Amino acid sequence: MDDEWQRASAALVNFMADKLICRHLNAYYNYGQIQGLRNVDLKVGANLVTAIIGPSGCGKSTLVRCLNRMHEEVPGATVEGQVLLDGEDIYAPDIDPARIRRRIGMVFQKPAPFPTMTIAENVAAGLRLNSARLSRAELDEIVERSLSHAALWDEVKDRLDEPGVSLSGGQQQRLCVARALAVEPEVLLMDEPCSALDPISTARIEELLLELKESYTIVIVTHNMQQAARTSDYTAFMYNGELVEFGDTRQIFTNPSRPETEDYITGRFG
Amino acid sequence: MIPSNSDVSRQFRRKLKSDLMIGMTAFATMLALAPLFLVLGYLVSKGASSLNLDFFIRTPKPVGEQGGGMANAIVGTFELVGIACLVGIPIGIGAGLYLAEHPLSTLGRAIRFAADITMGVPSIVIGIFAYAVVVRPMHGFSALAGSFALAVIMIPLVTRTTEEMVKLVPRELREAALALGVPRWRTSLSVVVRTAMAGIATGVILAIARITGETAPLLFTAFGNQFWSISVTHPIAALTVQVYAFAISPFADWQRQAWAGALVLTCIVLTLEIGVRWMTSGSARVPR
Amino acid sequence: MADLFEAAAGTAALERREARRKLGFRMRGFGDRFFGVLTLGLGLLILSILCGLALALILGSAASIQKFGLRFIISTDWDPANDVYGALPFIYGTVVSSLIALLIAAPLSVGTALYLSETAPEWLSRRVGFMVELLAAIPSVVYGLWGIFVLGPWLRDYVEPVLGEGLGFLPLFTGPRISVSMLCAGVLLAIMVLPYIASVCTDVFRAVPRTQREAALALGATRWEMVQIAVLPYGRSGIIGAIILGLGRALGETIAVAMVIGNRPEISASLFAPSATLASVIANEFAEATSSLYLSSLMELGLVLLAVGLLLNVAARVLVLNAKRGEGEAR
Repeated sequence: MDDEWQRASAALVNFMADKLICRHLNAYYNYGQIQGLRNVDLKVGANLVTAIIGPSGCGKSTLVRCLNRMHEEVPGATVEGQVLLDGEDIYAPDIDPARIRRRIGMVFQKPAPFPTMTIAENVAAGLRLNSARLSRAELDEIVERSLSHAALWDEVKDRLDEPGVSLSGGQQQRLCVARALAVEPEVLLMDEPCSALDPISTARIEELLLELKESYTIVIVTHNMQQAARTSDYTAFMYNGELVEFGDTRQIFTNPSRPETEDYITGRFG
Repeated sequence: MIPSNSDVSRQFRRKLKSDLMIGMTAFATMLALAPLFLVLGYLVSKGASSLNLDFFIRTPKPVGEQGGGMANAIVGTFELVGIACLVGIPIGIGAGLYLAEHPLSTLGRAIRFAADITMGVPSIVIGIFAYAVVVRPMHGFSALAGSFALAVIMIPLVTRTTEEMVKLVPRELREAALALGVPRWRTSLSVVVRTAMAGIATGVILAIARITGETAPLLFTAFGNQFWSISVTHPIAALTVQVYAFAISPFADWQRQAWAGALVLTCIVLTLEIGVRWMTSGSARVPR
Repeated sequence: MADLFEAAAGTAALERREARRKLGFRMRGFGDRFFGVLTLGLGLLILSILCGLALALILGSAASIQKFGLRFIISTDWDPANDVYGALPFIYGTVVSSLIALLIAAPLSVGTALYLSETAPEWLSRRVGFMVELLAAIPSVVYGLWGIFVLGPWLRDYVEPVLGEGLGFLPLFTGPRISVSMLCAGVLLAIMVLPYIASVCTDVFRAVPRTQREAALALGATRWEMVQIAVLPYGRSGIIGAIILGLGRALGETIAVAMVIGNRPEISASLFAPSATLASVIANEFAEATSSLYLSSLMELGLVLLAVGLLLNVAARVLVLNAKRGEGEAR
């Protein structure tokens, strides 16, 4: 009984707390010549969907890529400041970025299934390549669970051995979601996951977001304001590398406090 | 406006000149390709008649005796090329990965430059290099020295192909793997190299074809051997060296065998070349 | 309260995460560092091969450089019996045979490249291009064999008499006709370097932007005028680079030349006479070099070959790269 309470309360704390906190985050490209983020402070609540909106080139993608240390994979890119995951700085010197990325998964703009792998192998890739020792049955279970979690299982369960690239664009993107979920991350970052998809696939991904929110903390970058309004709990508006406004989604979309936000939302620019 | 007579004739002359010059390019192409058919034609007509079972299962007979074959040279070529591959392929691929991951760094540029330059070094000079660093310290010609020379020729070829092929792998794939928390080295090997594998394999096979046909760097490294030997520390026969030695000999029977050897050698090399291009439908190219 | 239960459902995922973290995921950091150092080391190995190559040749030829100095380059004496060595006959042979090769191969290559990139229909271009590549794939010892038994006698019986009659007033085309000769080496080299020049030229021509061609055609140019206006000027530095690349190949080509050139270390005005090149003399005499000075002199020949080869290669690559990048000047 005690045990159960403990778990439930742990989950509650998890639920309430800020999962990710950015402090004074600055990001640069081209060996410091171009600044992508200017002094960004952001709090991402656990088990919530946080949307980041803003015009092209405003630093949305840079911001999410800083959250799981993907930014530094671009040659010449650097980061200053702190990102705290459950209070722990992911940019601390002794932290292995690979470990951070296992806890903070990512889905990219363009679906990129591994072309040499089948659907099932794609889903299991994260585990297999991280040399987790799992039995065949465990792997099968994870594949099934991740695919059903990504709402793809029913469509592909009979063709798990076909190459991942044989799927349609929308299915590929959900495959990438399943692939990210299979490593059991705590946070899922989505960098414009629907920009390459048709409206029906987009709707499916959006439904998916609401389901995933129960078990994951989600940050989604989108240039589609309706999407942000539909799916997110909190919204951050970025402009020119700065975080202009951050708050409850309803408030941002109905009563923005900054003129830039209002201009953007009402379509006066961007 | 009605074109005047002189305009018409001028147009006609321009057209005629154009057609004439274009015809010349076709003629140049025919002249350029003629040797291919001439060489292959002579090879088949002179080589095939000299080819028999003995050629594949016997070693060379001494001067004056008829018959014999090049079994030892065929095996020797495979051994020399095999050892060169064992050394050259991993080194070439590893260095290619380095170049692909550090394309613009000073060291990366220096290594790419060195690879390009080494590719252009005459193979006979690489033979001298192998003589200086392997034959001399070991006090004798050896299969190892021959393989060393071939590996030196092979490595930059494999390196540059690997680099080019790895660069063709979309960044998204690499990032997708990294975002799954896969370490970089694992991402490089299991995702990037695996995706580029077809292209790298093509390059490797073309490099193998290239070193299989090399003679000059083997002359004073592997040296050649009239007898059966597969020891890596002793001189070893190679098909190319044997063809060379027999071709410049004054004996008709040896010359006959040289044609047979050349035919076999060409078959091996062209099979590799044509096979690999056919499989990849000519898309992949190896730097030369 | 409902939130709490929802959250409790989330704990299942939480637990699985914990389990996973214990299960696998070892080797952090170390693997990356090891892999980084390994590939770096292999990259450095390539650098050290080139440095080692140069160093080995310089050290190997030290004795000869000390003994003969600059005289080595300008002396025509190559006399192993008296241990006196001079490289000029070989330098002469190398330069002349390569020049013959380029004289024949360059126009044919450019013509072939134009045919491949401009004139031939796509399906034919692909097949012909493939055959040109095959020409490069045939081992040089096979070319040498063909040169000895087919090309040499043919030149002696059919080409040299014609040249001798028509141009016999030039010293180049005089003297006894034998099947091994400078001419034979030059022609064989032309066949061998042609595919390299042609394939680089084809790439260069294909890199000419479509807009350039279309602009020319829109002015009412004929096909050949388009080539003259748009393609050739644009590809000029690339063509020169390709020819230099071919020259580098020709200088270093060894075994085929050694088989047909006759290997006589003499400078003769006639192209019908036998000669020798840097590469061919190394191939012929290296394994039998008896004295250490002899060996050292041969190594110095290799060093000369390396130095010239390096120079040409760097020049050619710069030219070709610029042309392919489209930075080649239009005139």
